[in-house]
Amino acid sequence: MWRSIQWRVGLIVALLVISILFIIPTLAGSLPKWWTKFFPSEKINLGLDLRGGMHLLLEVEVQKAVDSALDKYGSDIKDALTKKDIPFEKVERTADAKIGIVLPDSKANDRFNQVRSDQYSNLKVASFREQGGKFLYSLEMNPKEAKSIEESAVRQGLETIRNRVDQFGVAEPVIVPQGEDQILVQLPGIKDPQRAIELIGRTALLEFKLVDDENSLEEALKGNIPPGDEVIYQKVTDKDTGVVTRRPYLIKKRALMTGDVLTDARMRIKSDFNEPYVSIDFDARGARLFDQITAENVKKRLAIVLDNNVYSAPVIQERISGGKAQITGSFTPEEASDLGIVLRAGALPAPVKIIQNVTVGPSLGEDSIRKGIHAAVIGSALVVVFMAVYYGLSGLIADWALVLNIIYLLGAFAAMRATLTLPGIAGIILAIGMAVDSNVLMFERIREELRMGKTPRAAVDAGYDKALFTIIDSHVTTLITAMVLFQFGTGPIKGFAVTLSMGVIINLFSALIGTKVIFDWINTKKQLKTLSI
Amino acid sequence: MGIELLGKTNINFIGLRRYAFVLSAILVTVGIIAFVQLVRGQGNLGIDFAGGTAVQLKFEKEVEMDKVRSVLDANGFKDSELQHFTEGNKLLIQLKKSKEASDPKIGDRLVAIFTKEFTGNKFVVDSLTIIGPKVGKNLQHDTLIAVIISAIGMIVYIAWRFEFSFGFAACAATFHDVLSVLGIFFLLGKEVNLLLVTALLTLAGYSLTDTVVVYDRIRENLRLRTKDFLGDVINSSINEVLSRTIVTSLTVFLVLLALFFFGGEVIHDFSFALLIGIVIGTYSSIFVASPIVFEWRKGKKVRIRSKR
Repeated sequence: MWRSIQWRVGLIVALLVISILFIIPTLAGSLPKWWTKFFPSEKINLGLDLRGGMHLLLEVEVQKAVDSALDKYGSDIKDALTKKDIPFEKVERTADAKIGIVLPDSKANDRFNQVRSDQYSNLKVASFREQGGKFLYSLEMNPKEAKSIEESAVRQGLETIRNRVDQFGVAEPVIVPQGEDQILVQLPGIKDPQRAIELIGRTALLEFKLVDDENSLEEALKGNIPPGDEVIYQKVTDKDTGVVTRRPYLIKKRALMTGDVLTDARMRIKSDFNEPYVSIDFDARGARLFDQITAENVKKRLAIVLDNNVYSAPVIQERISGGKAQITGSFTPEEASDLGIVLRAGALPAPVKIIQNVTVGPSLGEDSIRKGIHAAVIGSALVVVFMAVYYGLSGLIADWALVLNIIYLLGAFAAMRATLTLPGIAGIILAIGMAVDSNVLMFERIREELRMGKTPRAAVDAGYDKALFTIIDSHVTTLITAMVLFQFGTGPIKGFAVTLSMGVIINLFSALIGTKVIFDWINTKKQLKTLSI
Repeated sequence: MGIELLGKTNINFIGLRRYAFVLSAILVTVGIIAFVQLVRGQGNLGIDFAGGTAVQLKFEKEVEMDKVRSVLDANGFKDSELQHFTEGNKLLIQLKKSKEASDPKIGDRLVAIFTKEFTGNKFVVDSLTIIGPKVGKNLQHDTLIAVIISAIGMIVYIAWRFEFSFGFAACAATFHDVLSVLGIFFLLGKEVNLLLVTALLTLAGYSLTDTVVVYDRIRENLRLRTKDFLGDVINSSINEVLSRTIVTSLTVFLVLLALFFFGGEVIHDFSFALLIGIVIGTYSSIFVASPIVFEWRKGKKVRIRSKR
């Protein structure tokens, strides 16, 4: 008996010491150097609802990535047909994610089929019709390729967003894929949520397009947009009044170059006007392209379009070599610096939509922690007092188990690097309430045995034995719900499930070993005549 | 030295079962109506399920609610639901029904309106939650699956440890508790959100624990007293564990009271649900779970397969 008691006390004390070692970093403001060398130094992880921050769920519009791949195929096919002098009436992407092609005669049809089987074998013919001597095709991408485009849109989007967040500077961000087409972004302790959303959610597709000065803008605004053109607006903010107006431009749809040839983009300030702008550097290919474009279009206007907004449309005065350009507009320094970040990090392959945004300010989090601790202290005090009053000295043993329970739970929490959320705190408090359940079960059983006239020693043993299976049964059922909650719950609820299940397991330990050992120890000391229970 | 709350009792619980069944039938019916209404989108579903926007503002001084209402009405937010927490001058604005309720920009618009209209009373944004309708739908779906799986898990476990009649009765009692709390929340017009579902699942676990303790004693006594009437065995089993049941419910009740009064507004309803849940759960393990087993088995032999 004595050996067994020693062994159990050793286990209890060892676990107690380990738990306390893990809790200390959270309680202490700062730790001495020697401590961090040998002992754990990580504080308990707080969830966004307690420390404040932003939780965003983004949906990647993957279909748009497929559409733009189809657009590229479309213009490729056009180029190929033009190059080979094959006449065609129409090549364009249709709304149902296919490429519609109309060929005027059978000769063109034969030659088109040759090109198709040579170069575009990965495009399947979805439907084919001959109508009034014309040949109508509808081509579609094979599903495997479409799938891989969708997947890479999510993957690249994730990388790009991670890049942007890193450059923006947020401590411990979480950026992970979720489901098939979603990205979860968590930014703890963020100060300016709106700015972060702008930064993350922006597609940042930079395009250089020519302004169509040959056709009339007035006509286009009336609805007669020349083929191959589009109307894009520029936001103009009046410096004195702050009024925002939209200025239309008639712009050629075809992008001469895009932002993927950038090597750098940074905010600079024009010294004479003190006006921020973004200076961009092209890579070798970009520099060559830019040189060529500017050389071919001197005296024309080149629009710099970002996410379908014109930023500026300067007249090309002369050929520009050297691989540099600048984006001006009425920027604030923050806007210009953020634009630099998104351009450096690159465009998202497909636009993203914010489908969930949970932002918690720091004051609410502090409030919740304070109140949670408050409630936990009061709740435990009530239980401790109740047990002592109701069960006498045995109640104090149960209280000892309760204290063990709380310390173990917090220690396990810190050791497992689990995240504490507000429902998690509620889970701990609930676990405190339930912790005494096992002891109550045993005590009531012991009381019954005593009533039947057993000696204290026999009553304690019988009580423990008989209550054991009831305790296990009742704990397993709670554990089942906790596991399910963990599996299906999100964020805060997961935190609740974690505390609850750890609470239940630790509960079993502290009740079956923590209290029993004390009864056994008292019994070895002296043969009890009465038991305070 | 200890105190005994009840001492030895001898209450005829089985004899009272008809009254209990009537009361429970009423509670469960209300709960089922509430559930159907919620599924049809009629009840007060939280934005995490229904989609929408919630903004909580913390003001420096007391907020004049009349002014808040009129400002919101004037700016086209007639549908908004308001909740005022006088402690800490907090105001919770929720937008659910309207089409634009989950527009990503709506939170900022609200904040801008308040900044303009409440110049004399500075505030900070405590929290901002925007949930798209699709996320809400997914969550509804996931929650339903979670509830079904945990129910199956419990039945299987109890049926394995005891017998099918016990598993069924325990599950019925558990659903009884969950539906009752849901019904009461519905009648009180309180919001059904993810936190409430968490509370309900926790309650399910707790109520089952309570039931298992009673069952354990019934099983033990059935093995010892094979010649007695089933009703008598069940009655005395419940009486034997009654003080344990009351005492544990009491300790959990005590901590929940602390949580309810001091835990802050975010988990106020959560603790409220658990508070009434504990009362109903305790009632059901005594008056519902065991009488169902009695009704199920009263025609059959009393002997029960023993397993330990």
